[in-house]
Amino acid sequence: MDWKSISAKIEGMQNRGTDLQKRLRSLRRRVALLLAVVGPGIITSNVDNDAGGISVYTQSGAQYGYALLWSLIPMTIALYVTGEMCARMGVVTGKGLSDLIREEFGFRPTFFVMIAGFFVDLANVVAEFAGVAAAMQIFHVSKYISVPIAAVLVWVLVLRGTYRQVEVVFLAACVLYLSYVVSAIFAKPDWLEAARHTVIPTMHFNAGYLVMLTGLIGTTIAPWQFFYMQAGFVEKKISVRQYPQARADVLLGSISCMAIVFFIIVCTAATLYTSGQRSITDAAEAASALVPLAGKWAGVLFAFGLLNASLFAASILPLSTAHVICEGLGFEAGIDHKFKEAPIFYWLYTILIAVGAGIVLLPNAPLWKILIFSQVGNGVWLPVVLIFILLLVNRRDLMGEYVNTVTFNIVAWVTAVAMILLTFVVVYTAIFPSVAGASPP
Amino acid sequence: MQLYATELMGAETYDDQGNFVGRVREFFIEPADQPNRIARLLLSRGRFQPLVARHDQVATVAPGTIRLNCNERALELYQPNEGWLAVRKDLLDQQIIDTQGRKVVRVNDVDLAEMRSNGNVELRLTQVDVGLPGAVRRLLQGVVSPSVVRKLQSRLPQRTIRWEFVNLIEPDPLRRVKLRITHEKLEDLHPADLAEIMESLSAAERQGIIASLDEEMAGKVLAELDERLTRQIVEKLDPEKAADILEEMAPDAAADLLADLPKETSDELLEEMPGQEAEDVRELLSFDSSTAGGMMNTEFVFLGETATRDEVLGWMRTQDLNLDQLDSVVLLDSAAQFSGIVTIARLLMAAPEESMSELKLEPLLSVSADADETEVFELFDKYNLRTLTVVDETQRPIGTIAVDDVVSRLVAK
Repeated sequence: MDWKSISAKIEGMQNRGTDLQKRLRSLRRRVALLLAVVGPGIITSNVDNDAGGISVYTQSGAQYGYALLWSLIPMTIALYVTGEMCARMGVVTGKGLSDLIREEFGFRPTFFVMIAGFFVDLANVVAEFAGVAAAMQIFHVSKYISVPIAAVLVWVLVLRGTYRQVEVVFLAACVLYLSYVVSAIFAKPDWLEAARHTVIPTMHFNAGYLVMLTGLIGTTIAPWQFFYMQAGFVEKKISVRQYPQARADVLLGSISCMAIVFFIIVCTAATLYTSGQRSITDAAEAASALVPLAGKWAGVLFAFGLLNASLFAASILPLSTAHVICEGLGFEAGIDHKFKEAPIFYWLYTILIAVGAGIVLLPNAPLWKILIFSQVGNGVWLPVVLIFILLLVNRRDLMGEYVNTVTFNIVAWVTAVAMILLTFVVVYTAIFPSVAGASPP
Repeated sequence: MQLYATELMGAETYDDQGNFVGRVREFFIEPADQPNRIARLLLSRGRFQPLVARHDQVATVAPGTIRLNCNERALELYQPNEGWLAVRKDLLDQQIIDTQGRKVVRVNDVDLAEMRSNGNVELRLTQVDVGLPGAVRRLLQGVVSPSVVRKLQSRLPQRTIRWEFVNLIEPDPLRRVKLRITHEKLEDLHPADLAEIMESLSAAERQGIIASLDEEMAGKVLAELDERLTRQIVEKLDPEKAADILEEMAPDAAADLLADLPKETSDELLEEMPGQEAEDVRELLSFDSSTAGGMMNTEFVFLGETATRDEVLGWMRTQDLNLDQLDSVVLLDSAAQFSGIVTIARLLMAAPEESMSELKLEPLLSVSADADETEVFELFDKYNLRTLTVVDETQRPIGTIAVDDVVSRLVAK
């Protein structure tokens, strides 16, 4: 072997080394770019898995086992398609959704969208605090203690923080959803079976199955989350140049949200369904039932997940609602303002939390009715908001080259129409539960 | 009577014969002509082509009805014109800058006043309504009778902005020129206030404002803005314009701005800047931003320590100094090394023949350019400083750190 070939080899290795370094550096740069943007998409999608959502997922796992897992893939697509449009609008126009509705459709439509939003969101907030109460009852804490503490905690968090700080807390809450993954592993499910059902759809044409299916899809997308996500990107001042990262954020959010749903369904399917406890109606009940089947920790983690989800949604919903209303009607909004600069914003925020938590504390609170009202409200409000979004995102004077492409429009309109139809089915069955056969209490 | 634009929208319009001409759909102002006069009314009538009535063709105006002083045939056909400001499209529901209240607000309604001249009525835009009365009117119009609305709104707190304090936000530069939108009113604001206003606008709107400010003001605003926004704006500016703005900025502020930009962009901008300014900024850029050198400003006043008070004042009068920021001068000894500072107040009170070395502040404090910023903070805290001199290895002063630099560093932490 001569020296020349050896030195050539060494040089080659060195080159490959610097090449690798370069690639590593560019990777690190890309991750840093993404991290600067990440937040609104992931947070919003995960808030989807709130108290109401988790109850539905639990029921579907307990009643139909793995059979409904396939619906998660179309749900991920729907979540991404709708979320992406809002992210794009926020990044391109630099304006919130309610700002745009106001500027393009005038005062009166905005006003009614905002008022409807207020009451629907209030009902949702009640549902979240009810979730907190249910989760803490598993740990033997009375709702008269847990709910007030939760309300104060949520209120202070936002009042004392800047957008950045609050976002960090919220992102941490997203990580806590992993408790469902651990719960599912404790439940020792048949992973192969679960995977098969995720990819291959199984259809049963009985009323109960179809209602459960629509329920699953119907709870995935709530109208308020569009406003929240868009406002998040606007408040973070993400520029058009960072749009690819914003899109990645939304995609990551949609997938992680659905992954958590997967684990919740798998957990309850492996335990409650297999052991025949199929009439479970809510998440708290499921958590208690899990203890004898999958061990104490599975139950505790399941309940903890519910608590986390409820608290998480209870902090975001009032915030988002107050934000949207103030933006649309022209009052100062945003947690980067002081109380004095944005009094209406902070008052709305406070009222939503106080009334939301207060209703849960009423001795004979008609919680079930409020839960139904929140679902019906979401259902009625959703088509309106979706149509506004689709009209706005196709406006060339607003979006420039970033209007929907024809393909994207087809996907988006199909998604929107499907979502609207499904939500109407959910609303219908919520009002007339007898149709579903196996009905909630 | 007080008139409101939204109340007149949809008003039935009749010509001098009493024939129905159409309904009012839009009011146009021609800023090139008169900044506040409603110059034209857009009248639409079903499937016919819309007509336009000029201000001198209007005889009377009342809520719901407008009468013209000419025949329908005298009206022009409507042709869109970019130079017309449309009250409904460009003003209602849009955001504007209230230059007196120094914030961004949304327009709920537009208040109009009647001006009678021979045979016709002119409408003048007096103020924009950004408060509850306008909101209530918009909500209840057509649902309850106008008199009830008027009674209701009179009880609500007013929030209006006079038209001369309204600054429109128009991101499109061509349209801005056509509508005669200048940002003179914005230039009267404090740069920090304008920076705060800009943070609540969209990217295109921010860009539009910076592009139309003069370089000096633009530089001051950029220095006050959040650094991420500054970066976004500068990256999108024409490099020549960006360099002009940087040139107007204090070298330390310019260096701070350039330090945040990607290397290629900042090099390109430095190339565009004139030699001396670019050199100053380059020098500052070579210091680590967390050291005294990274905090200092290289524009400072230095004098020989043997000079008398009168000589100094005489010389300072001939210099172009930033008087609002100047609070002390730096003294040099015969070897051009740092020998102390004299505060402006001491200079003011001194006798005419007193020499600088008698006036200088004890103890003699300075810091080297590579000293860590915490050392700087500690010195300011311990000695209650306003200014601290930065020296190089040979004890020659190369810059000063002012207390406001320290405050903004500490706030950023």
